[in-house]
Amino acid sequence: MRKKIKVIEVDEVVVKFAGDSGDGMQLTGSQFSDTSAFIGNDLSTFPDYPSEIRAPQGTIAGVSGFQVHIGHTEVQTPGDLADVLVAMNPAALKANLKWLKKGATIIIDIDNFDNKHYKKAGYIEDPLGDGSMEGYSVVKAPITQLTRSTVSDFGLDSRMAEKTKNQFVAGLLYWLFNRDLKIGENFLKDKFKSKPDLVKANIAVLHAGYHYAETIEAMATTFLVNPAKKGKGLFRNITGNVATAWGLLAASERSGRPLYLGSYPITPATEILQELAKMKHLGAVTFQAEDEIAGICSAIGASFTGSLAVTTTSGPGLALKSEAIGLAVITELPIVIVNVQRGGPSTGLPTKTEQADLLQAIYGRNGESPCIILAASTPANCFKFAYEASRLAIEHMTPVILLTDGYLANGSELWKIPDTKDLPPIEPPLVEDDDPTYLPYKRDPEKLSRYWALPGQKGLRHRIGGLEKADVTGEVSHDPFNHEIMVMTREDKVKRVARRIPQQAIIGKETGDLLVVGWGGTYGALLSAVKELQADGRSISLTQFNYIYPLPENVETIFSNFKKIIICELNRGQFATYLRSELPQFPYLQYNKVQGLPFMISELKRKFTQILEGKKDEY
Amino acid sequence: MNIETEELELSYKDYKLDQPVKWCPGCGGHAVLSAVQKALPETGIEKEKVVFVSGIGCSSRFPYYINTYGFHSLHGRGAAIASGIKVANPNLSVWLVTGDGDSMAIGGNHFIHILRRNINVNILLFNNKIYGLTKGQYSPTTPLGSITKTSPDGTIESPFLPGELAMGAQGTFYARVVDTDPKMIKDVLVEAANHKGTSLVEILQNCIIFNNQVHSEITGKEVREDNQIYLEHGKPMIFGKNRDKGIIQVGQKFLVAKIGENGVRKEDILIHDAHNPDDTRHYMLSRMSLPDYPVAMGVIRACKSNVYEDMLHKQISLSKTREKVKNVNELLKSGNVFNIQ
Repeated sequence: MRKKIKVIEVDEVVVKFAGDSGDGMQLTGSQFSDTSAFIGNDLSTFPDYPSEIRAPQGTIAGVSGFQVHIGHTEVQTPGDLADVLVAMNPAALKANLKWLKKGATIIIDIDNFDNKHYKKAGYIEDPLGDGSMEGYSVVKAPITQLTRSTVSDFGLDSRMAEKTKNQFVAGLLYWLFNRDLKIGENFLKDKFKSKPDLVKANIAVLHAGYHYAETIEAMATTFLVNPAKKGKGLFRNITGNVATAWGLLAASERSGRPLYLGSYPITPATEILQELAKMKHLGAVTFQAEDEIAGICSAIGASFTGSLAVTTTSGPGLALKSEAIGLAVITELPIVIVNVQRGGPSTGLPTKTEQADLLQAIYGRNGESPCIILAASTPANCFKFAYEASRLAIEHMTPVILLTDGYLANGSELWKIPDTKDLPPIEPPLVEDDDPTYLPYKRDPEKLSRYWALPGQKGLRHRIGGLEKADVTGEVSHDPFNHEIMVMTREDKVKRVARRIPQQAIIGKETGDLLVVGWGGTYGALLSAVKELQADGRSISLTQFNYIYPLPENVETIFSNFKKIIICELNRGQFATYLRSELPQFPYLQYNKVQGLPFMISELKRKFTQILEGKKDEY
Repeated sequence: MNIETEELELSYKDYKLDQPVKWCPGCGGHAVLSAVQKALPETGIEKEKVVFVSGIGCSSRFPYYINTYGFHSLHGRGAAIASGIKVANPNLSVWLVTGDGDSMAIGGNHFIHILRRNINVNILLFNNKIYGLTKGQYSPTTPLGSITKTSPDGTIESPFLPGELAMGAQGTFYARVVDTDPKMIKDVLVEAANHKGTSLVEILQNCIIFNNQVHSEITGKEVREDNQIYLEHGKPMIFGKNRDKGIIQVGQKFLVAKIGENGVRKEDILIHDAHNPDDTRHYMLSRMSLPDYPVAMGVIRACKSNVYEDMLHKQISLSKTREKVKNVNELLKSGNVFNIQ
C-alpha cells in the first residue's frame, strides 16, 4: 500500500537535471518535459551542455544539464532558479548549487559521492558534511547501485546497464510529481523502437526508481502541477531548431518552390540541417557542403533555378558567408540565411547563447549591401519567422537573415500546432515563358523587386552576376550614375518591406514611465519581468522586436510615449547602437549581459525597479 | 538524371550574343568561345537548358559573351554555385568556366569537392599559368622559378597539375586541349557534355599580354605534332609528324619508343583505355611532360561512376513512396502531440 504522503499543488516548478555528458540527463529531461506536456502543463526547457562530447568524467567541465520549467500558469522561460536539482555526481552539484531556490530539493546519486569524485569536482571537503547543504532537502539515493541490481538479469553489457540509470532518476521524478508511469513507458518504447531489450530494461529501472521513492520516507511531500489553461487543441513540445526547419518546409509547400538547404555543420545550428535531411519525403533537398561558403553559394545557385534556398549557420559561419550574401544582394536572388547565434568572437562559446551577431548581420558586408533582418523570439515562433523570412525573401527577391540563438535553438516550449492553410500566402514573382517584356532588372513598381526567370524557361535567357548591372537591361555597367541608381534602388527595395510587415506591438500601456525594448530570444525573460512589475502596479511596458531591418513604421510613435527607454540585450549594446543611428532623437538606457547565459527575470526586475524608482545606475 | 535531348536544328548563331567580347585581341579565350558555340548545337541539348557559371578572372567573363542562362559569381566559388544549380535542377546542362587562379587557388576546396561528388557539371579550366585580370602575378600552375610581378626573383613553389588534382579527387572525366586547336576543343567538349558526372577539360590557353607563348613548346606549329599526343579511347598511343612514335610501358614506367627501332612493333604500343575505372595510367598520362614525353591531349579519362544528383533524387523519390507523412500539416501532427481538451 502506498503511504500517505502530503501532496502540494503548485502553480509552477523548475527542475534541473545535471550529470556527466554521458549520464543521459538530456534524455531524462526531454522525457519529463514530454510527460508534463502530455498532461497539459505549459512548459519551457533549456539544455545546457559542454562543447566537448565527453569531457573528463566527474569534472565541472563535463557537466551536462537540462532545465525544465512546467506550469499550471503560463510559462515564459526555463526559470531562473530550480526547485528540484538532480545531481548525478559532486561536479553537477557544485556547478548548480548557486542556481537553486532556497529550500530546494536536491536528489543525488550517493554512489558517486566519494573522495575520488570530490577531488575531480574540486571539492576540498565533503560538501554533504561541511554545512553547505543546509537549508536544502537532500535525497541521497544509491542510484548507480540500485540500477545495477535492477538490470542484472537483463543481459546488458555494463556500459548499457550503466546508461539506464537516468531512468531511475525519471522514476523518482514521476513519483515526486505524481505522474503516470505509463507515459514514461510509452516514451521509452518510442525512443528505443528497434531495441526491445533496452525498452524492457529501461522500463524496469523506471519502475525501480518510482518504487524506491515510494518506499523511502526521505521525501515527505510530493507535488502536483495541474494542467495549464492553454486553450483547447493539439499541442506539441518543440525546439527552436526543429521549428525553424519545419517553418522552412511550410514555406516551401505554400510557395510551391522546392526547398534547398546548403549548409555546413556548426553548433548550435546543425540540428536544422539534420532535421531537413530527414525530410526528403517532403521534397527537401539538403546539401552538406565542404564549407560555409559552399553552403551559401550552392544555395544561391539553387535560388537561381527557382528553389526556396536556405543556408544555416552560426556566427563564425555568417562571417564566412558575407561575400556570398553580397552576391545575393546584387543579383537580387531570394535566399534565407539562418544564423543561430552563439557566444563570440571567433569560436567563442559554441554551446552558449548570445546576441552579438546583430551588427554583423545588419552591416557586415562590403559595399552598400542591405538585406532584411528578422529575429525569432521564442523556440516555437522560429516556425513563424522561418516562414516569414522565406515569404519576404521570395516576394521581395532579396536575402533575408533570420537571427535565432542557442537558447531558442535548443530550448523548447509547448506549441499550439497551426494549420498551414492559415499561414499567409507566398507569391513568387515568376515570369511566363517567352514573355517579350522580360528584362533582368525590370521591377515590380510597388515593391521594386525584380522578377524570377528560371533557367530552363523558354525565351528568357539572361545573365546575372556580381558585377554592377545597368538598370532594367541588366547588362554589365560601370557607369557612375547608374551605379548610384542601382545602390539606391536596392536600398529602397528593402526599406519598402516596412510597408508589408506588421506594426510593432506593445505589451502593456502605450504610455508610461519605462519602455523595455528587447529583440529576439530575450522575449520570455523580459515579458515575465515586465508582467510581474505591471502586476505590482508599475508603469512599465515591453516592446520586443522581431523585424529588425527595416524597422516597423510605428516605432517612433511608440518610443515617443515613454519617459525612459531601456534596451536589454545579450551583447554590449548592438541594438542600442543601431537604434541610435535609426532613431537618434531618443535617449536610450541599456542593460547588457555577456555571460553566455540568458537573462534572469530577477536581475531584470531589479534593474527596472531601480530605474523606475529613480535610483542611480550602477554601471 | 538524363537531360532530355532531341533533334534540334540549332547552330552556333543561337549562342551568339550581341555584346562586345572584351578579352584582349589575340587572347586564347576567343577561340574557345567560338568552339563552345559550335559544340553546343552538337550536344542536342535545348538552348534554354544550358547554364554557364563562372567565378572571377579573365576567363570568368565567359557567361557575358554567350547567349545562354549565365551566372558570373564570386572568385573561386563557381563550382559551389554550379553544384547548387545542378543539384536543385538536374534537367539543366551546367557548364563552369574557371581559370587556374580561380579553381586551383581561391576555389581549390570547391574544385576538389565537385569532382569527388561527381556532380554532372562540365568544367572548362582555362590554364594560362598566370593571373591575368590582376595583371601578371604567379598562379598555382606557374612553373617553378618563373619571374612574375610577385616573384621578381622567381617562384619558389611547385605548381599544381590540374589532372593530378582531378584524379586525386576521384574525378571521372579529365581531358586536355589547346586553345590553338578549335576542332580538338569542340570534339572534346561534346564528349564532356555527354559524360555523366563532373567533366574537367583543361584548356592550355595563351595570355598574350602577361604570359605570351607560355604553351608554345606544345602548341607551336613546328613542334606540336612531336610534342603532343592526341589520345583517343581504344586507339594506340601513337604520335609524331611521321606517326612513328608511341608510348610503351616498361615496368612501372612509360617510355617513348620509335616503331621499328629496338624491336618495337606497332602492337607493342599501348592502347588508350579512357574508360578504365583504375586511374593509374590516366594519372601517368596526365603527368607526361617535355622533354622526355609528349604532352597528352584529348580525353585522358572518362569512366562511369555514380552521379551525386541522380542518387540524391533517387533517395527523394524512394522516401516519398516509403514515408507516411505526405505534407506539412501531417508532419506537424506526427509523433508526440498532446490533445488538450
